[in-house]
Amino acid sequence: MFNLSKNHQTLALTSFMVFVFLSVLIAVVPAAQMQESVQPLSQAVDLTPQERDGLHTYISEGCVACHTQQVRNIEMDDMWGDRPSLPSDYYYSKQRMSLWQQSPSLLGSERTGPDLTNVGKRQPSEDWHFLHLYNPRIVVKESVMPPYPWLFREVWKPDSADIKINVPAQFLRDTSKVVVATQKAINLVRYLQSLKQVDPSFVVEGFIPSSRTEDFFESNQAEAELDGQALYIQNCAACHQASGEGLAGAFPPLKGSKIVLDEDYELMVRIILQGYDARTEYGVMPALADQLSDAEIAAIVNYERNSWGNEASKVSKDDIERIRDFVNSINQ
Amino acid sequence: MSSIKFLCRQLQRAIWGLGFFMLSYPVYGQESTADTSLLGEPGIIGTIILGGMIVIVAAFIATYKVITLLKKSNENRQIKKWAYLKELIINLGKEDLKRTISERKASKKCSLENLKFPNLTDPIEEKVKYALIHLEHPEIDQLLFQKAERLNYQLEGTELGSNLEPTDSRGLVITQTKEISNPIYDEKQDSADRIVADQDLVKIVLAYIGSSVFWLLFGTFIGVLLGVKFILPDLDGLPFLSFGRIRPVHTNSVFWGWTSLAMIGLGYFTVARTSNTKIFSLRWAWIALVLINTAVATGSISLMMGVNNGGGEYREYIWPIMSIFAIGLILTFANFYKMVANRTTEEIYVSNWYIFGACIWTLVLSIIGYLPFYQEGLGETIIQGYYMHQGVGMWFMTFTLGLIYYYLPSTLNKPIYSYSLGILAFWTQMLFYTLIGTHHFVFSPIPWWLQTVAIVFSAGMFIPVFAGTTNFLLTMKGSFSQIGRSYVLPFMLVGVVFYFIGSVQGSFQAFRFTNFVWHFTDFNVAHSHMTMYGIVSFFLWGCIYALIPKLIGKRPNQLLVGIHFWLSFIGLLAYTFALMVGGTAKGLSWIEGAPFIESVTLMVPYWLWRAIGGSFMFFGHIVFWYNIHQVYKGWKELKRPVESNELIPL
Repeated sequence: MFNLSKNHQTLALTSFMVFVFLSVLIAVVPAAQMQESVQPLSQAVDLTPQERDGLHTYISEGCVACHTQQVRNIEMDDMWGDRPSLPSDYYYSKQRMSLWQQSPSLLGSERTGPDLTNVGKRQPSEDWHFLHLYNPRIVVKESVMPPYPWLFREVWKPDSADIKINVPAQFLRDTSKVVVATQKAINLVRYLQSLKQVDPSFVVEGFIPSSRTEDFFESNQAEAELDGQALYIQNCAACHQASGEGLAGAFPPLKGSKIVLDEDYELMVRIILQGYDARTEYGVMPALADQLSDAEIAAIVNYERNSWGNEASKVSKDDIERIRDFVNSINQ
Repeated sequence: MSSIKFLCRQLQRAIWGLGFFMLSYPVYGQESTADTSLLGEPGIIGTIILGGMIVIVAAFIATYKVITLLKKSNENRQIKKWAYLKELIINLGKEDLKRTISERKASKKCSLENLKFPNLTDPIEEKVKYALIHLEHPEIDQLLFQKAERLNYQLEGTELGSNLEPTDSRGLVITQTKEISNPIYDEKQDSADRIVADQDLVKIVLAYIGSSVFWLLFGTFIGVLLGVKFILPDLDGLPFLSFGRIRPVHTNSVFWGWTSLAMIGLGYFTVARTSNTKIFSLRWAWIALVLINTAVATGSISLMMGVNNGGGEYREYIWPIMSIFAIGLILTFANFYKMVANRTTEEIYVSNWYIFGACIWTLVLSIIGYLPFYQEGLGETIIQGYYMHQGVGMWFMTFTLGLIYYYLPSTLNKPIYSYSLGILAFWTQMLFYTLIGTHHFVFSPIPWWLQTVAIVFSAGMFIPVFAGTTNFLLTMKGSFSQIGRSYVLPFMLVGVVFYFIGSVQGSFQAFRFTNFVWHFTDFNVAHSHMTMYGIVSFFLWGCIYALIPKLIGKRPNQLLVGIHFWLSFIGLLAYTFALMVGGTAKGLSWIEGAPFIESVTLMVPYWLWRAIGGSFMFFGHIVFWYNIHQVYKGWKELKRPVESNELIPL
């Protein structure tokens, strides 16, 4: 009866039962617990219908193949968010999409492109997103992301309601036409803009450092060691380009810019802190006060003022702090 | 003795395992974790616990053995002397026997109590020899008499038949040889001797393999296109060929199309042959073939249209499409089950264990993977880890191992080295593989304990892997001359080697330590190709090249088979090594905190190599298709009588 090599019924039944038991134990029960016990963070809001439609496009185009949405609790991931991701963060986004489609696999397993957990904060500019979707190489020369021209329409005369995209001529198939965003593209960008970690001050376990000896030097070296170029590449080059030349029709150049070279750096720093939308020929500059520290801003400002042929005086962390205090006092 | 050997072997393994850690240490150790103790890593603790369990069991067995040995040794001494005496008589030559008998006749004999040895320090042999001549005992005389009688016996030469010369009037002998390189088992010849098989079964097998070859070409063409898109992202700009949409087309068509259909086709032959029975239901087999092909075709189209289940790897087909596949799988399993139930052999051959397991477990896991009740929020992620890992481990790996347990010994014309090792690997495969899915989400917000369980049991995977590898290699031992004669064994040998390396490496990759550097990088892609291509596809090619020529009675051109082998093998090496090195560089650049775009630009040369390796593999598949095509052209049904113009004029 229990001689498995002679009784096919027992063999099939045993392997079935044991496997079901193990599966329930290791997958079904933990998954059900995860579903039942997790609540959303109090500040988190549900996706708007528009954003949810954008999420559907995000899944349909297979963005998850290259973009993760999980900030792991290890040090190298701290550039993608203010804190490690929590189960609660996925409460609204990871819900069954339709009768045909399950809850989206947003966490991802490969990071060929950047993590998008906090992209709404890191890259709030709508203009940038549209250009980037139309063809990523317009804004990031080295990118290997596929272009998504089918999310846009080429029209002779755009309606007043249409969102026009200032695509540089060499990326246009027909230069006599104007590129406008379809509703799909708009919804996708709304979704990307909605990707922000809520309550960054929320106390959770911090990041696991990759090196425990590093903390040793941090206190006295941190200030001097900040690499303005790396910070610029991370935070600014997406729009203003690594060459500092910007992008005609979308993002202004910093090379030779009057504002950048001005001996009085106050306007420049205020633009970084508060954002800027005074010039119609260019996209909107997002405010970065919450994302960059005074020391980081000082490093970036110094890099911008002394690169690509620019030459201007240096600023210190204290100068930035002074301007930040001033800006805060106006706002209050 | 055997338990001490066992202990030594375990120790050797443990040291070897540690060596692996040390080897991989410098790769990520450059500046990080320099002061982290190796022993602090849960992955390592898990390994040590498992190793400790084995040592405890081994120590228990060893103690038990020693105690019994001591008890027995006393009783044995007397018995041994007699045995020694008997052995001595049996091994006596003609001359020695004559001398012994005459000496015994001449000597003065006495009883055992009175037997006095001339020299007490003599070794035992000398004492026994002395006793043989001087001991008074009727048994000795009887034994000597028997021996003498046997030595005098002579064969007349006609005992087994007659003195006639052998003839072969019916032409049953095709080749005759005096060169036998393997003294125990006669090796199979290269000729494509057609085996007598049920023609309905042959048709089914050929149809399954035929469709699988189509999906291999389709799936890997898409794969090459994907690889090229890393270098030329603006290649086409067409929505239905965009990277995000066709990546799952590639993975799913090689999974559910190429690999699954080839496995099932080969499985039909294995199950029927090892159960010594006919295919149970032809109808079911054909329906299942149509269903699976339909599922992969509609699935690929829907993915290209942008309709997918939610982006979880290998669950990209929406449930209506996956249900078509599942029905095909149910029919297949029912057929296999009935064939085993109708077997005319008493025992169920080990291959059928694996094939049963693969079908049952895959059905369970696809149902769990698609049921919606526990998949909101991170529940989906836990199920995803479970599903994608089991998809590979319970379906492809288990089924393919089952096939190898049949095709490897049948190719070499000898039994599998150890049947029980195969059974051990079967149960441990089920136990350990099932528990380790979450290791795809290490450091994610999934509960820490779940990640730890997955990592610890990843180390447990060493057991089935070591058992399987040892079994296959020891089966091959002594038959390596086959490598020179055909490509069947080289395909299988590469499969075995990758089975060991790919699986062990996979387990190491699960440790938090290594996950730190490699997770999210292209290293994962290298690993999945090492396993799904290096193990599964190479095994399947070995099996197909072993079986199809025999079913049809025609061999493919061996040079072309060789070209297929080398293109695939070299392509795979270029592919995996480029991505492993590149993936490590990528991980290190992230740890350093370099701007993200640097991790993209540094990959460009490696991606180029991957595209080159991938193209090699694809060209290999074209050659494979041509080979199979040539063999298929030679297929005619076996029932056809010999035409008169085929007879040799007498």
